[in-house]
Amino acid sequence: MSDTEQTPAVPAQAAAPAVETVDEREPLLEVDHVTLRFGGVVALNDVDFTLYKGEILGLIGPNGAGKTTCFNAMTGIYQPTEGQIRFRGQKISGKKRHQITRMGMARTFQNIRLFPEMTALENVQVGADAHHKTSVISALLRLPRHWKEEREGREKAERLLEFVGISNRMHEFARNLSYGEQRRLEIARALATDPALLCLDEPAAGFNPAEKEELLQLIRQIRDQGVTVLLIEHDMRLVMGVTDRIVVLEFGKKIAEGLPAEVRDNPKVVAAYLGVPDDAA
Amino acid sequence: MTTTIDPPERRETAADKLRQGRHAISERWHHAPRWVRWVLLVAVIAFFYALPNKEFYQYLGPIPTPGANFTQVMFTVSIYVLLAVGLNIVVGFAGLLDLGYFGFFAVGAYTVAVLTSPSSDVKTLWPWLLVVPIAIALTMVSGVMLGTPTLRLRGDYLALVTLGFAEMIRIAAVSSEFLKGQRGFNQIPHPPGEYADGRPWFGVLDARPYYWLVLTLIILVVIGVRNLTHSRVGRAWISIREDEDAAQLMGVPTFKFKLWAFASGAAIAGLAGALFAGKQNFVNSQNFELLNSIIILAAVIFGGSGNIVGAIVGGGLVAYMIERFRGIELFGVELYEYRFLFFGLVLVVMMIFRPQGLIPNRRRAAEFKDRRKEVIVGE
Repeated sequence: MSDTEQTPAVPAQAAAPAVETVDEREPLLEVDHVTLRFGGVVALNDVDFTLYKGEILGLIGPNGAGKTTCFNAMTGIYQPTEGQIRFRGQKISGKKRHQITRMGMARTFQNIRLFPEMTALENVQVGADAHHKTSVISALLRLPRHWKEEREGREKAERLLEFVGISNRMHEFARNLSYGEQRRLEIARALATDPALLCLDEPAAGFNPAEKEELLQLIRQIRDQGVTVLLIEHDMRLVMGVTDRIVVLEFGKKIAEGLPAEVRDNPKVVAAYLGVPDDAA
Repeated sequence: MTTTIDPPERRETAADKLRQGRHAISERWHHAPRWVRWVLLVAVIAFFYALPNKEFYQYLGPIPTPGANFTQVMFTVSIYVLLAVGLNIVVGFAGLLDLGYFGFFAVGAYTVAVLTSPSSDVKTLWPWLLVVPIAIALTMVSGVMLGTPTLRLRGDYLALVTLGFAEMIRIAAVSSEFLKGQRGFNQIPHPPGEYADGRPWFGVLDARPYYWLVLTLIILVVIGVRNLTHSRVGRAWISIREDEDAAQLMGVPTFKFKLWAFASGAAIAGLAGALFAGKQNFVNSQNFELLNSIIILAAVIFGGSGNIVGAIVGGGLVAYMIERFRGIELFGVELYEYRFLFFGLVLVVMMIFRPQGLIPNRRRAAEFKDRRKEVIVGE
């Protein structure tokens, strides 16, 4: 599935801007020479790469390389000091977080951040609500819009819980779910916002090999539904197994970019990353 | 499981049994057929409608207050319940610590006073009923005005700013010539309506009609709040309470919904203020001490924050307890003088034995249960 053109069977988002594909690969997210400084610390130094529609891109690097910082800049939590980030051709900076989500970018968190005292179903419904318009008046008076969106949201949430495989835990509080179930619930909640781009921040952290294998399957299925995936990951085997392309960061700089096989053989990467025996496992 | 931890083990089982008992009640309620629940609900509501009649409450033993007119007390209690339901939206659902909630009550009461009383400078002398919606609207506006700059703050800062707001309102009431300070506004009209023989429904002596009016409005407000919490709005509020950053990143316009929580809570307080002014006939600056804000907040937490029934029970019990002390003498001292001491003691005891409140939100209950488990594991 390397060089066939992507034909998303179910476009996750209806109205993609009408950019006719000159290049057969349509850019979805462009990180354009981004530098990010915190006081004197340079967290990101002229990082530049593009995420194309329909691919799974891995963002890797040793601890402290700036992966999560890069991720936070992409999702609008940090404003780049220099350069800019464009999502679907539009600048991210200056947009509110919930607007960025509505534009079609969703994420999970490295340290799980569910709504612990809501049920699994309600957690996903919050995600589904991102595109809903019911507000105080229609909810107070139980107007038709409320019923319609409530039904839609619930059905979508049930479908997604089924998809990630925890529909039997639907009415359990998120805090009572097992660790693996919580990770899955986070993915379901993010998918409920109808993303064009799903950003997963170390989704396999703390997983055993069997669970990792299941996660790989899930990520592929998500991609097959037309969602582009950005994956930050430590586990090299997982990254090699699922990504189409890889970007490597070290000390806030991009040191390599390419197909998994190319990156694996890149001496810089080997030195920076694979040379560390513990991480190579 | 060994002999060394035997005593805590035994205590634990006793507590377990208790918890199971409570659990069984709530289970039974949730699994009871619909008609049973309706019958019970109607019975409870009927009880509270009947409560202020002397023919009824004289049989209730120690419940009527010895030192104060019981129907008057019930009116006060009903106002506190209404306020607790409103504050519960802000504190219980959206998780915003509002220490100045009583300020909105003051805005509602003063709006009615200024627009209806002959002693006010504007001399509009409008009827009460016309002014009530204006009072609610103005209170909402004041909620939005306070919320727009302050809801960008979180936690402690928000609490401080709201505390300042309530003080501002109070000091304005004390010192502003327009708001008449201690002298206050008199001859505020009562709600409209009269019997066939020309006597008004809402007179000066009998507090029952006012109580019934507030009770009816409480029912309507509770239905409204329930509609809100069982919808996108309620989910947004709870998600903000749980994790505001995550809520934003999941597409919740958090600022907008926090503002709505503030405005809805304020509107309910404004309604309560208007009802209070309509009954009292007289409003002055002494009605709005800061202590009231604290009492209502304590009532919400006491009853079980995040649960509508809990807020009702908390607001009702706290207001009632304070009045119940009136007229009881112990060693020559009236207990009423020490009411807040008792109140504080009860709160401390609550925090030790039932921190989640009397009738907790099911979520809170789960949280505290888990924490207890953690503590036991830690030991």
